[in-house]
Amino acid sequence: MYKYNDFDEAFVRSRNAQFRLQVERRVDGSLTEDEFKPLRLMNGLYLQLHAYMLRVAIPYGTLDSAKMRQLAYLADRWDKGYGHFTTRQNIQYNWPKLSDVPDMLDALADVEMHAIQTSGNTIRNVTADHFAGASADEIEDPRPIAELLRQWSTDHPEFQFLPRKFKIAVSGSPTDRAVTRAHDIGLRMVRNEAGEPGFEVIVGGGLGRTPMVGKVLREFLPKADLLPYCEAIVSVYNLLGRRDNKYKARIKITVHENGLDKIRELVDARFTQIRPEFSGVDQEHLAEIERHFAAPEFVSGPTAQYQTARDTNPAFRSWSDTNLSAHKNPDYAIVTISIKAHGQTPGDATSDQMRVMADLAEQYGHNELRISHEQNVILPHVHKKDLPAIYASLKEVGLATANIGLISDIIACPGMDYCALATARSIPVAQQIATRFDELKLEHDIGELKIKISGCINACGHHHVGHIGILGLDRAGVENYQITLGGDGTENAAIGERAGPGFAYDEIVPAIERLVLGYLDMRLDAEEPFLQTYKRLGAGPFKAVLYPEAIKKNAA
Amino acid sequence: MSQNFAPKIVTANHLVEGDVIYLTENGDWSRNHSDAEFITDEARAAIRLGFAEAQQERVVGAYLADAKLGPNGPAPIHFREDFRSRGPSNYQHGKQSEQTNV
Ligand code: SF4
Repeated sequence: MYKYNDFDEAFVRSRNAQFRLQVERRVDGSLTEDEFKPLRLMNGLYLQLHAYMLRVAIPYGTLDSAKMRQLAYLADRWDKGYGHFTTRQNIQYNWPKLSDVPDMLDALADVEMHAIQTSGNTIRNVTADHFAGASADEIEDPRPIAELLRQWSTDHPEFQFLPRKFKIAVSGSPTDRAVTRAHDIGLRMVRNEAGEPGFEVIVGGGLGRTPMVGKVLREFLPKADLLPYCEAIVSVYNLLGRRDNKYKARIKITVHENGLDKIRELVDARFTQIRPEFSGVDQEHLAEIERHFAAPEFVSGPTAQYQTARDTNPAFRSWSDTNLSAHKNPDYAIVTISIKAHGQTPGDATSDQMRVMADLAEQYGHNELRISHEQNVILPHVHKKDLPAIYASLKEVGLATANIGLISDIIACPGMDYCALATARSIPVAQQIATRFDELKLEHDIGELKIKISGCINACGHHHVGHIGILGLDRAGVENYQITLGGDGTENAAIGERAGPGFAYDEIVPAIERLVLGYLDMRLDAEEPFLQTYKRLGAGPFKAVLYPEAIKKNAA
Repeated sequence: MSQNFAPKIVTANHLVEGDVIYLTENGDWSRNHSDAEFITDEARAAIRLGFAEAQQERVVGAYLADAKLGPNGPAPIHFREDFRSRGPSNYQHGKQSEQTNV
């Protein structure tokens, strides 16, 4: 894990000290809200519906046990004993008092964390594949690159006032678990014909009001060119991006309006100009960063306990079927801890749960934890012999739900239960869908299915790339939910298609139930997942089960 | 009462706590929606909003919200204001927890 150097430490401490004074001046009335708001947002402090919200970055989703314990401490000391993990690998505290926030930031700095650039028109927290450094299908650990980008983008003087916010995601594997095609810049590691690793550079992806799948700007970029090339992209965008209309300011619109060829031409020209300025210091620094991310010393030893537990404990077997992924070391597994127990708020973990996860990481997981954009927690390096013990500990604190990748593993943004921008609630919809399918005992039979819910058009819940997407809207003062179908957040990214008219709050769960039961009737066999059935049959039959009345009317 | 004016209340968040608060008739702030001053006149609404906005050291984000008269006093119309007056639906946090504790 990356360790702050003196510069990082001094920078964060001085920002915190500045902010402490700014808060004091706001509370004593010397700063107005108009003056203070941009200052608090620069430090990740939002005002939501019921309280302030502090958004803390978890760079590329990586934590160690000490950081996780500190997040638990913050939750207990200054919040209501829990935190909410988001789709951007951040954690949000929903109830801080303004006067406590400087202390919270200092406590975060004690474990090398902060909330800088989690808001504003800057380069936001750089996200990465949550299986980074562990996955069997990975070419290289993407986190050193993500860390290099983090350092380069933090307080970058040229990029503090971009036309709009800017999000970068990195995947070290051709299998895209970081939704790189829905980011302003997506970097997906691939090999060229000579077998060398480099990046496919994707630009102009994004969800929100105008969802767009990112376009490939460069099929293969050598690793050594990455930083100057990204700088070239952002500086072209900084000049060309529209500042006259907030809704047209993201780079996806810049790319759309100017065309990919024009953008490529400008980026290449800028790249040629600035490339010589990158004298290689960045590469030396990258080599230094890479040392921080050296793989742990994997232990070898028999894994028989794992097989025995699978054979004797059906609940463990079910959990290991859904919550484990292939590790690059065959004696190891990647554990995804579901923080989506049926009926719970997706992405919320209590301080006790955080501490248990921190303990497990320390005891069995080489002290590493990850947060996924799907709002779960990962133990990336677990020897298979330890899996039964981990499962038993997780079970005690309600963290052993066997549902990863299934219908109740729902992404849901905070929606109108917290978010000031929301047009409807998302959390209770997620809770009810999970509870309903748990009652029906169909979840495992249904198989892989990604439901993603957003409480407004900003699409923090990634609904456009859900196999089933749900968007909560305000229709004439009433909550209304629109369904999209066929979205995909992987390397085959696709934006879901709107199914038809929206559903009222009390109709949305029955509608999802009809849709999923309809799928069970339509699929070729149990091996054909929802998305594949949808691609094979198209939207027609799914609309028919969603809107039976319309069909009757047309037939009449 | 001016015609075509939908009645309003003035609401904001407490500067330090962040909690939702309502402007009362005597110029104080209450945490209960039903204590809010029920404003039926457009000019009065503008004056009261200005009064609220001037209290920079106490409140943040003051605005006018539609309201109706309920049995206990002003009640929210839009579901957003209804949620703001209670708290989130996934936990007993915010106002609803305080109210059940009283
Ligand atoms: S999608 Fe909308 S409601 Fe949900 S968190 Fe984002 S801005 Fe808030």
